[in-house]
Amino acid sequence: MATAHSRMTARLMISPAVIMLLGWMIVPLSMTLYFSFLRYNLLMPGMEEWIGFTNYEYFLTDPAFFEALGNTLALVGGVLAITVIGGVGLALLLDQPFFGQGVVRILVIAPFFVMPTVSALVWKNMFFHPVNGLFAHAAKGMGMQPFDFLAHAPLLSIILIVAWQWLPFATLILLTAMQSLDSEQQEAAEMDGAGPLSRFIYIVMPHLARAITVVILIQTIFLLSIFAEILVTTNGGPGYASTNIAYLVYAQSLLQFDVGGGSAGGIVAVVLANIVAIFLMRMIGKSLEP
Amino acid sequence: MAREASPSRKIVTTAVAWAIGLAIFFPVLWTILTSFKTEAEAIASPPSFLLFDWTLENYAEVQERSNYLRHFWNSVVISIGSTLLGLVVGVPAAWAMAFAPSKNTKGVLMWMLSTKMLPPVGVLVPIYLLFRDGGLLDTRIGLVMVLLLVNLPIIIWMLYTYFKEIPADILEAARMDGAMLRAEILYVLTPMALPGIASTMLLNVILAWNEAFWTLNLTAAKAAPLTAFIASYSSPEGLFYAKLSAASTMAIAPILVLGWFSQKQLVRGLTFGAVK
Amino acid sequence: MGRIALKGLSKNFNDVEVIPPLDLEIADGEFVVFVGPSGCGKSTLLRLIAGLEDASGGNIEIDGQDATNTPPAKRRLAMVFQSYALYPHMTVRKNIAFPLKMAGASRDEIDRKVQAAAASLNLTDYLDRRPGQLSGGQRQRVAIGRAIVREPVAFLFDEPLSNLDAALRVNMRLEISELHQSLKTTMVYVTHDQVEAMTMADKIVVLNAGRIEQVGAPLELYRHPRNLFVAGFIGSPRMNFVNGAGAAAYGAQTVGVRPEHLRVSTQQDEGAWRGRVGVSEHLGSDTFVHVHVDGVGAMNARIGGEMGVGYGDDVWLSPDPDKLHRFDADGMAL
Repeated sequence: MATAHSRMTARLMISPAVIMLLGWMIVPLSMTLYFSFLRYNLLMPGMEEWIGFTNYEYFLTDPAFFEALGNTLALVGGVLAITVIGGVGLALLLDQPFFGQGVVRILVIAPFFVMPTVSALVWKNMFFHPVNGLFAHAAKGMGMQPFDFLAHAPLLSIILIVAWQWLPFATLILLTAMQSLDSEQQEAAEMDGAGPLSRFIYIVMPHLARAITVVILIQTIFLLSIFAEILVTTNGGPGYASTNIAYLVYAQSLLQFDVGGGSAGGIVAVVLANIVAIFLMRMIGKSLEP
Repeated sequence: MAREASPSRKIVTTAVAWAIGLAIFFPVLWTILTSFKTEAEAIASPPSFLLFDWTLENYAEVQERSNYLRHFWNSVVISIGSTLLGLVVGVPAAWAMAFAPSKNTKGVLMWMLSTKMLPPVGVLVPIYLLFRDGGLLDTRIGLVMVLLLVNLPIIIWMLYTYFKEIPADILEAARMDGAMLRAEILYVLTPMALPGIASTMLLNVILAWNEAFWTLNLTAAKAAPLTAFIASYSSPEGLFYAKLSAASTMAIAPILVLGWFSQKQLVRGLTFGAVK
Repeated sequence: MGRIALKGLSKNFNDVEVIPPLDLEIADGEFVVFVGPSGCGKSTLLRLIAGLEDASGGNIEIDGQDATNTPPAKRRLAMVFQSYALYPHMTVRKNIAFPLKMAGASRDEIDRKVQAAAASLNLTDYLDRRPGQLSGGQRQRVAIGRAIVREPVAFLFDEPLSNLDAALRVNMRLEISELHQSLKTTMVYVTHDQVEAMTMADKIVVLNAGRIEQVGAPLELYRHPRNLFVAGFIGSPRMNFVNGAGAAAYGAQTVGVRPEHLRVSTQQDEGAWRGRVGVSEHLGSDTFVHVHVDGVGAMNARIGGEMGVGYGDDVWLSPDPDKLHRFDADGMAL
């Protein structure tokens, strides 16, 4: 509903944003694509040559790739499982009336605002550290041998750190969704003879389904790119035990200076992310009524 | 109407909720407490919880040794700069899409969102090389540009969802009342959209402040914001728990406060309006 | 002052013709109501006059001047929206003052006119409140106040009463009618409620699918509907229609008879429609009985409040021959 004049103005006002994002997306992405077909090492400038799919062959057949792919999936899956289940539980809990609701809410969402490097370092040194960490103190206090988390269960440790960061996000969104549930609907179900458990299964969960999907999809986008936590805690090690695709690409391009191989990995990461993105866009597109 | 819960049940819920809330918050709390300990106390076994000699020396030392304030200032410039620029570009775009939608509007919005899904590693190499060749590595202006582009889709989406809530009727009423475009934007739209613009700004400052991919990869000593500065504490020989805690506390405190104010907007912003 | 003429005006939305070319004259000081079912294009027509939509073809003249491409702000029209569209961030005083401020009026003049408008609309005590603190009726009044202070050449109303409850609606209907009596300014009023149209209008424009079905005074439309659509739309309860043999007896494809023009008898009556009484609705002064007539279907008839017919009774319905409407195969009145 608008007049021709306002549509003209509109087009003018939208173009800077469109041009900037177009530049941001097209230029570097096509460069990555181009590099991925080159032998291109920063240590050997001037030696670039076209080698077709060789970089992809190397990247995709490298055992490190499979380990990284597995780690990426474990990281995403593990964090999702913890945050979604924990988030539903916490949302149910925080939705109940109790004293100090506002304060507890603030306590619960705090981790989300802690920058990734800080939370990784705090967990690494003050909790997971085999000598000075709190978990080590606790183990010693109970007469057990301290466990070196980052050396022996590096991926699990990172999953715990990341889950701690993202649990508030899931909780907050699910709580918001829960609060939009019509209480008359719950009361109607109660009149129909549904107990708390069946109300949860038949009323609450279907209502939350959409929010859960949104949580899963958005978190997946971010979790596929987890980087700082790995860099700060384990540097991807020991070996490749905690390397994900994002970190592998980084290591290949900026630590081994293999731009061609790194670019091929980057394209692989883009393809993987797109698979998730398509589902997410459908979800959000449905809720968009222009 | 919600019914009153029975008192005994409310007390049990209170206890459980507080226990879980404190457990989740504990790492943050522990960091803050440790920042007031001496290094010896920080690694003492068993650790002391509150009964230690509270000291501020870590804060002084962090600033003295590492020029903490410069990194803090980098964070401020980068996050606020990229957010303000984002608003300059985003407000007109969101205005246009909310109030003069065409049949392409939905497509444009979805496409903008899709740029947000581009994993940063996919463009890491070219951006790194472009920055290197353009002399933008380790500069604040370079980071402002990148974070502007990274967060622009979120800015536009958030503004769009807020603008959408302003009834078109009211803008039309202003037109009928004799207001031309300038007056309509100045007297009617802007005052009504101000809360939305403010929360968009808040959320984006938070996101930019905590961004830890580009800031880590594109900076060294000079333009490093707090994310990169803190990461430099990860070297194994630097086990200065108290100082690390002090630096961390200072790095997260401002954003923790901002974040608590913006909880509601956070949901909308991070779900692109899909959950409100 | 306040003549509006639409000449061949049309509107398309993405190749869909919402309003085919139409002509309409609105005289100065006239109260014109656009009425029709939802989606008939009546609001679009109003927004075309307001300038909130571009015309796809034809012209709009206001006071003899072509205003087709004039922006809404310059047409000297005032509009009251269905949602009232008050500025939520401004007080009532500022809301009413806004058009004057836009027109560049002096502070004194603004004060004087706002006070006068507030006094005439009983809003004086609420001038410093925000719209959010007002009731529906008060908001409605503020919207009207905002419209009258700029002394427009014509008022446009877009279903202004549809968000009010029934009792308030009757009140506001009277107030708007009184406003028209005292201001004598042209008013164009859009509604889907034919009762509002009948009670307020000097002239009713019945719209259907973007087309003008009939233009005329309320009673003219009631007495002489030009076609089946107008016959069915104007009048409450709805006119009864009879097709087939029952209509052929009167030399028409369809005959229509209003419930108030049906005589109901419990005595057998030659030539009358025989039926069985279903539900009766007692309104006190009148009773409406729903009668199932064999071979015709359900009919609705008005009977005096006292007449004793009950569920399942056999009755005979006969139309008042002077008030019978006859329609041809195209639905046009004969």
